[in-house]
Order: sequence, then structure tokens, then C-alpha cells
Amino acid sequence: MSQLTVSPESEVRSVGIVEPRVAHFDEPLTLRSGFTLDRYQLCYETYGQLNAEASNAVLVCHALNASHHVAGRYADQPDNVGWWDNMIGPGKPLDTDRFFVIGVNNLGGCHGSTGPASLNHATGRPWGGDFPVVTVEDWVDTQARLADRLGIRQFAAVMGGSLGAMQSLCWALRYPDRLRHSLVIACAPNLSAQNIAFNEVARQAILTDPDFHDGHYLDKGTKPTRGLRIARMIGHITYLSDDEMANKFGRQLKQSRLGFSFETEFQIESYLRHQGNKFADYFDANTYLRITKALDYFDPASEHAGDLASALQPVRASMLVISFTTDWRFSPERSREIVDALLKNRATVSYAEIDAPHGHDAFLLDDPRYHRLVAAYFARIHRETAP
Amino acid sequence: MNTPSTATRPDFAAIAHWIPAQSHVLDLGCGDGTLLRYLRASRQITGYGVEIDDGNILACVQQGTPVIQRDLEQGLSDFDDGSFDVVILSQTLQAMRNTERIMREMLRVGRAGIVTFPNFGYWRNRLHILGGRMPISDTLPFEWFDTPNVHLCTMADFEGFCRERGIRILGKTVLTGGRPVTRFDNLLGELAVYHFSG
Repeated sequence: MSQLTVSPESEVRSVGIVEPRVAHFDEPLTLRSGFTLDRYQLCYETYGQLNAEASNAVLVCHALNASHHVAGRYADQPDNVGWWDNMIGPGKPLDTDRFFVIGVNNLGGCHGSTGPASLNHATGRPWGGDFPVVTVEDWVDTQARLADRLGIRQFAAVMGGSLGAMQSLCWALRYPDRLRHSLVIACAPNLSAQNIAFNEVARQAILTDPDFHDGHYLDKGTKPTRGLRIARMIGHITYLSDDEMANKFGRQLKQSRLGFSFETEFQIESYLRHQGNKFADYFDANTYLRITKALDYFDPASEHAGDLASALQPVRASMLVISFTTDWRFSPERSREIVDALLKNRATVSYAEIDAPHGHDAFLLDDPRYHRLVAAYFARIHRETAP
Repeated sequence: MNTPSTATRPDFAAIAHWIPAQSHVLDLGCGDGTLLRYLRASRQITGYGVEIDDGNILACVQQGTPVIQRDLEQGLSDFDDGSFDVVILSQTLQAMRNTERIMREMLRVGRAGIVTFPNFGYWRNRLHILGGRMPISDTLPFEWFDTPNVHLCTMADFEGFCRERGIRILGKTVLTGGRPVTRFDNLLGELAVYHFSG
């Protein structure tokens, strides 16, 4: 068996300097909520070359806090490395020497696509709290329009982890003939009550921040920073496994003795505060609220009396479903629900359960078994795609 | 599982013989997926492999064979009753801890089952035992201390097992060195292939 290896040089095999682009859409878009957006823009990046048949395009969908900046770095911000740079690049598992890779900032985002912080042309002020709630289906619809714009009728693959995986699953049911493969990583067919509960605590942290002003905080020249910080801290707790947190931080103190105060004392406190502060600096609270709603609403089986197999009936793409053993937020059991439904339908599906210690975050990390598997899958897609 | 990855394994043709064309097949302990690819080419089957080993999962994915990572000892709860035409357990039965359960599960999810296993009653194995040592051969390549095989049996044992549980044996092929054995098979047969139903 020839083993594809991910060597340590993967760090230097980068797509290099990249530049975001913007696509404007003037055709009205009716969202799942019934709200119609008259116009909007999507910010995106591409890596690699689209081949003459336009058959080697791969769409990478982002999860909660990420963006269209999937790989490479910006000339003016050399430290701003794409969020999935370890996965995507020349010679990396998703090899940009073979594939034309697209990252899109989702509608409602805060990285250049139209979102709550954008100007509402009807009022001349930022949308703020008036920006509609968007769903996974809405995102997939806008991504399809971007694909039209780029001349891509059918993706070689759509790929994502977590909320991004919900989009790649949604693609397979909503546009079954517009993708040949779907990679569904660390996903769930819907959120559990526990997951919705975490999201609701995060939302309440933002909504009850005195600086929130019903979402119109930009008009007031302020931001609900405290709320967003707490929301992120809650999120971070759920992305790590108990073991990983114990290994990384344990009960370590920053100082050698207890301070009997409410300053940051334990390393885990320091970590969470750092993550919260960092996030609140660059992320928009209104976007966070909407993305957590999109997570909560995703439930393809709900329109099929809870029957997931029936909901997944339209799937024609070959599916690769991957879960991580220590992911308690989107556990392997939840991925297996998707797999079971696909098996019932006799769909083409492979499923791998990666024994990784890192919890939900594992999908972003450089686990060799995981990366080898994705590399093998894309190598095979390349063999099918090559003329 | 301990599945050799050669394209020419002698039991493949015997297995294919009982697989109707275009049937839906589940291969338990599918290894690197060689048998499924063989059946896809020779019988135009659809279906999946089930594997626990990361390396084998990788090999299947690399070669485009649909595979589900799962521990067979946990049963086959992913699969619905009667959802496959044939369920195959090729050279894996002897390595299963819970033999009864996997046989029951095979007949639950499949309309028919096929198992292959090294016949412990083969005369060379008996000779090894007579000589006072555990047998080592092509079909039993492991030392006693590092073998995955926990439930070795003879053909007579397996047939008794089926009889006691009302499992109908629909056919058997017995091979030695890749050639069919027709007489005194429990003595002269190295590898047994059974086709059975509930």
C-alpha cells in the first residue's frame, strides 16, 4: 500500500500571498426566513488554477468564527495565515497544484461579505440588528450563485468541518448534481438540546450586554465586547475535550500561590480570557448571533418527519464522513446518524472515526491519520477528474 | 483484521460463485478492500466494507472502495434488517470474540451469509499438534503468542455450530493450495468457504 505522507515541511508549502476578491450580486435573494435581500456581496479567495473543463473546483465552507481566508497569507499582514492552511496548499492534503480551491465568507459574516455591519442602502446606516437571520440553506444558495459567477457548474468536492460540514452536507441534498464529492467532517445532522443550550447562553451574553442596543451598537459608537468575549469563552470550553484541557492546563496557576482574588489565577482562565479578548477584537456580535442561529436551525430531517434517510434521499455525491473520538460537541454518534441514513439509501459513503485527543477542534489540527485520509480521498478525486 | 492483501486469494472465486450479479454486499473485516473490488469487477456488486484498522480504511479510501470504520465486536447496529443480499466474513470469523453474535448479526442484516476460515482439522494442522506444536502455515501464519485468532475451529465444529442454531448451510467450497477438495474435506481441506442462510 502506498502511503501518502504529510511531512513536517507542510508548514512551508503554502499557497503564499493571497488576495481576497469581492463579487456583487444585484439579483434579489429570498432567504429561508422569507426576508428578501435586494443586493449583497460575497468576499472570497481562490487558490490554484481552474482547469479548462472547470472540473477541479473545490469549495471549502467555513465554520463559526472563520472566513474566506482559508489558506496563505496577506502581503500586508504576514501573520494572518488562513484558518485551514495546514490542509490546503501545494502538496497538502487538498493540493492546490491539482485543485482550484474557493473559500467564501458566508452571508451575514463580518469579513467582507454583506452582513450586519454592512451599510443598509435603504437607510444609509449599518444594518445592525435589522440584518436578517440567515441559515445554512441560504449560505449554500449564495455559494451556488458565486459558483455560477466563476463558471463552475459542478464542484469536484465541497468540504467543511463542523458548521462548514453542515454546508457540505446541505450542498449534497440541495444541489445534488452540482458536486461529485462531499466531505463532511466533525458534523451532526442537527444540534442536540445541549448544543442549542450552549448557543443560547452565548447569545444571552451578547443580548444582555448593556452595549448591545438591540443590535444597533455601531450607531451608538460602541460594541458589546463583554458579551462577545463571554460567548467565545463558552464556545472554547466546548471545542476542547476534558482530557485535552487537563493536559494543556490542568490546575496550573500563573503565580506560584493562590491570590484569594478574582484576577486570572489558573492557566485555563488566562487562556479563555485571551481567546475571548482576541475574538471580541475582530468579530462582530451580530454575526455571532446569526451564525449560532444558523447552527440551531440546521435540521434537514425536520421536513421529513424526523426521518434523516428520507431527507438525504436526493444525495448523489460520494460522501466521506469523518468524526473524532473525543469530540463531545459533535460526537461520532452524531456522524454515524448521517452515515446510517446514507447506508439506508445505498448512497456511496465512507466513514472514518479518527482517534484524536483534541475534541471538536481536532478537525482544524494537523493529525497525521486525519490528513493522510483526506489526502488519499483527494488523490482519488484527482484521478477521476484528470482528463 | 488479518486479511492478506493479494488480488489472487484462492477463496475469492469461491465467494464470487455465490454472489448474484448486481447484488448489494457487505464485507465484514474487508481489509484493504481487495475482495470488494474483485466482486465489483466480476459481479458488478454494490455495497460496503466494514473495517476497524486505520491503515485499511486509508487503503480503501485511496482506492475508492466505500468503507465504514467500525468494530465488528460491537455488532452491526448501523445496518438495517435484510438490507444486504449477502454479508461476507472472509477469514475473520476465527478472530472474532463473539462468534455467535456476529453470525446472528450477519443473518439479520443479510439474506445470506458467506464465511471463510482456515480449517483447523486440516491434516497438516493435526500433524503440528501431534508433533506437540501449534500449527503455522499460509492460512495460519501467526505464532501462538501474537495471533489475532481466538476461535479456531474445524469444519466439523462449524457445521455442528450451524446445526445447533438452525443455520442452513446452502453450500461449501473447500480449498487446499487454491485447489478444490471434494473428499474427506475436514481432513484434506485447508480453507473452508460456507454459504448459509437463516
